[in-house]
Amino acid sequence: MSALNDAMQLSAIDWAIMLVYFLFVLGIGFMLKRSIKTSSDFFLSGRSIPAWVAGLAFMSANLGAQEVIGMAASGAKYGMATSHFYWVGAIPAMVFLGVFMMPFYYGSRARSVPEYLRLRFDEKTRGFNAISFAAMTIVSSGISMYAMGLLLNLLLGWNFSVSMWACAMIVLAYILVGGLSSAIYNEVLQFFLIVFGFLPLVLLALYDIGGWSGLQAGLARVATSQGYAAGAWSESWRFMGTTTSNPMGVEWFGMAMGLGFVLSFGYWCTDFLIIQRAMAAESMSAARRTPLIATLPKMLFPFLVIVPGMIAIALTHRAGAGGFVLPSKPDGTLNYDLVIPVMLGHYFPNGLLGLGLTALIASFMSGMAGNVTAFNTVWTNDIYEPYIKRGASDAHYLWVGRAATVVGIVLSLLAAYLVAQFNNIMDVLQLVFAFINAPLFATFLLGMFWKRANGHGAFTGLVAGTLAASVHHGLTLPAHALVGIKGGWLAVVHLYPSEMAQNFWTAIFAWSTCFAVTIAVSLATRRPPLEDLAGLVYSQTPRLLDADDAWYRRPALLGALALAAVVALNLLFW
Amino acid sequence: MELDIRTPIGWMFALIGALLVIGGLSSGAPTEGVAAGLNVDAWWGAVLLLFGVGMLLLARRHATQMRSSRH
Repeated sequence: MSALNDAMQLSAIDWAIMLVYFLFVLGIGFMLKRSIKTSSDFFLSGRSIPAWVAGLAFMSANLGAQEVIGMAASGAKYGMATSHFYWVGAIPAMVFLGVFMMPFYYGSRARSVPEYLRLRFDEKTRGFNAISFAAMTIVSSGISMYAMGLLLNLLLGWNFSVSMWACAMIVLAYILVGGLSSAIYNEVLQFFLIVFGFLPLVLLALYDIGGWSGLQAGLARVATSQGYAAGAWSESWRFMGTTTSNPMGVEWFGMAMGLGFVLSFGYWCTDFLIIQRAMAAESMSAARRTPLIATLPKMLFPFLVIVPGMIAIALTHRAGAGGFVLPSKPDGTLNYDLVIPVMLGHYFPNGLLGLGLTALIASFMSGMAGNVTAFNTVWTNDIYEPYIKRGASDAHYLWVGRAATVVGIVLSLLAAYLVAQFNNIMDVLQLVFAFINAPLFATFLLGMFWKRANGHGAFTGLVAGTLAASVHHGLTLPAHALVGIKGGWLAVVHLYPSEMAQNFWTAIFAWSTCFAVTIAVSLATRRPPLEDLAGLVYSQTPRLLDADDAWYRRPALLGALALAAVVALNLLFW
Repeated sequence: MELDIRTPIGWMFALIGALLVIGGLSSGAPTEGVAAGLNVDAWWGAVLLLFGVGMLLLARRHATQMRSSRH
């Protein structure tokens, strides 16, 4: 780990801005201290969060630094097609969650996604989901802390451990005193900070490259120099006909089914980390509007995080010396992960530099806080209460939740050191979690919309789907990859043009297997008693009437507007 | 929940905006680079300051509405 050649020099104003941010983040936690009296206040904000706050927090909890840094990197690697992760891989699923699924999550009064699975199916299905989810939050929080420590060390020469521990302790403090409310309110603050920190970067860089037309011309050079058609970096769908005509190596069907259906619905409609924000909303109507409100910033975010990556790669290929160039890794390839940090250093004078770095740190913190609040809830409600100590007082579970917050952060820090030492272990763990997550949406879809699905079916379906994902991964390999962590560890029977294509197809196989096995096993075993399914399944739940609400509060209308807007965006950047 | 998040957001952005305006005006505009001649710190600081004040006004309007609806 060594600093870049031109490590950023911070001045007093940069430090002052960072300090102001830290003080406000902690201040919000302490202002909320009085409102935490019961475990419900701590884990669910006492279900009192207004829709717009929950909506921005929903968006922000997903906006970890890996999202910001990773999407900018993908923007440089793949160009405008990266927008599929937003306009195909997020918005439709968010609309589905708000319009169709939220009534069951919120209406069942479950405190977590695993708890919904227990109400709808049985204990073993909940246990499987709760334990894998809790482990996954720790690992992803650890990986994110590691990335932050590494980045601050590289950019500013700060000590790896000190920067990691300092941020972790701030997050710990504000969650410990203010619980989920504190995380949610801070996520809203962090959301605005990220927008106002990165927006001037986009404006300055876009001005530098000569506006949108200058960017198109630059990207045409990038595409043709690598043997693609001139528009391969600046169009989102036009070159998705075959896997060889776009840099992602994915064709439209794998994109639409793998990302647009299985992966995106699997994440946005079942991941407790984000759904917790909607569960904390003040009413059913607010809970349903939470993901719908989040669609608006979500569909605009490509301009904030992907466009900088596109500009960076276009500038790097621009003829002539001087100006912005992406740094290379030791092996000579471009270091795409440094798009945002290096651009901050290049374009921002002191002052704005402090704001940009604070925005980057804020995105790390919001991601970390999301993981920690989801972990302490699932640990306490879905692991500790059913398996370790039943029927204790509410004060006891509140105490356990606070203890789980401390333990969760310490475990993430340990995980971060583990990543630093043994990168491969974390890659394997992430792969295993991907296998477990891939089939999840089939379980929820059948659970919410097919009353015949039962616990045995759901559990066997999940296990079969996870196995299908691992077998598919074990039998296939992306082109130019080595057998091992990338796949092919059973035998190589199929080669995919890229790792992304392999991921999408792994998800498609896992989902289909889980869907089929859940149906087959449910039909072969006992029908669940109908009276247990009230409020949990579509056919056993009274319709929600929202026709009396003002139009801007009706989920179906908001959802239709979001879908129309996202179709327009896809066509505009076709 | 008694906390209106717009209040801390408003104060934070107003404060950071003011810092940027003061810092930008006292150090002058950068004379090289893309932003040559444009005092980006001062201009962006002004944007943040306006946003912060706007948030504070919204929070205040909300608070007076709540108070009058209680009477």
